[in-house]
Amino acid sequence: MIAILRRDLRLAIRAGGGFGLALVFFLIVVVLVPFAVGPDTDRLSVIAPGVLWLGALLACLLSLDRLFATDAEDGSLELMATAPVPLEGVVLAKAIAHWMTTGLPLALVAPALGILLALPVQAVPVLTLGLLIGTPALSMIGSFGAALTVGLKRGGLLLSLLVLPLYVPTLIFGALAAASAAEGQAWQTPLLLLAGITLGSLALLPFAGAGALRVNLR
Amino acid sequence: MSLWEFANPRRFMAFTDRWMPVALVLSAICLVVGLIWGFFFTPDDFRQGSTVKIIYLHVPSAMMAINAWVMMLVASLIWLIRRHHVSALAARAAAPVGVTFTLIALFTGAIWGQPMWGTWWAWEPRLTSFLILFLFYLGYVALWEAIEDPDTAADLTSILCLVGSVFALLSRYAVNFWNQGLHQGATLSLDAEENISDVFYFPLLVCIAGFILLFVGLVFMRTRTEIRARRLHALELRERMRDA
Repeated sequence: MIAILRRDLRLAIRAGGGFGLALVFFLIVVVLVPFAVGPDTDRLSVIAPGVLWLGALLACLLSLDRLFATDAEDGSLELMATAPVPLEGVVLAKAIAHWMTTGLPLALVAPALGILLALPVQAVPVLTLGLLIGTPALSMIGSFGAALTVGLKRGGLLLSLLVLPLYVPTLIFGALAAASAAEGQAWQTPLLLLAGITLGSLALLPFAGAGALRVNLR
Repeated sequence: MSLWEFANPRRFMAFTDRWMPVALVLSAICLVVGLIWGFFFTPDDFRQGSTVKIIYLHVPSAMMAINAWVMMLVASLIWLIRRHHVSALAARAAAPVGVTFTLIALFTGAIWGQPMWGTWWAWEPRLTSFLILFLFYLGYVALWEAIEDPDTAADLTSILCLVGSVFALLSRYAVNFWNQGLHQGATLSLDAEENISDVFYFPLLVCIAGFILLFVGLVFMRTRTEIRARRLHALELRERMRDA
């Protein structure tokens, strides 16, 4: 599992892996928002948590369709399936690698972008914490979707159609935590529920993802 | 006789050949009686006026929209566990019917909401979770359409249905945190002493029976089509084999 994790990280960071693409996408989305709704800081600070979460979600989606597709094309996915590691472990390792190359950097730059969008200062740590807790669920759910669509020629669009509805609970609790912190209300409850979703996804979805991969490799 | 007998497509075809028309005719009778009774022979509501009558379409279709998903879930489980093809085809057949019921519920709700709430749509837990259910249906149908190999498609959509059910439930309760409710509570529940006044209750029950039978009839019909399509495909393949 650690070998797969290392391999995926190395593939992502070296040239052509698209590492940083998601980050730049996230940055561009955030920069475009003031053009769309106007530079009024009061309005921006109200929508900032939602925009940041939505941006993170879309940036996460961007690199999902290559998660298993490239490995399926060159046959390395079949090798992984026959490896002594259970396929569930492979799915989990690949989801974690995806998170470390998209979700983690997104969460780390989110404070800076939050300040750009006039997010109230007390909400910035909560937003970062929420993204840190919530983005693993996004990667895990996404890798399930990627496993479902790996055999398809043009799976990218279908993948977003399948995965975005599954993102609803994560988005609700994540944005809610940041928004309540911005308004000075209690933010612990949504954050705990978010952690629950993440842990539940990490525990159960590798099985669903591996099941889908097995069907696709048949 | 058990449910498993109908795993045999021939048995299923023989059974539905007899009972599909019965379900459809009974459904038509129930809907005609229930809707005419409801529309013309019940009084207007004290506060809602005649708009209350949309309940005869709205409540049954909303009920069946959820029940169709539950039926798909059960059929998917049967397919995954016991590999009965009829079950997978029934799940596939139920999805578009469920989509239609969801749309009917959303539209009738909007038509009722305009005069009553003063708005066609509100971002409110029940409405929103129904919209999310609609999106889940669309994803499910799209996945069926996208995959060519029927067994792979059945497997993958079944897995999606299981995961989707968990997330649909999660979303259903997550939206409660996110916004206040505007929609009234459950119209019908088994443990309430009186749900709504009997005047509205009995025609509503007839309409619900009509919608259930309509669903059963339509699923039978669509499953039969799927089975026939599958047979045709097999015949075509056999022809091609013989030619080659």
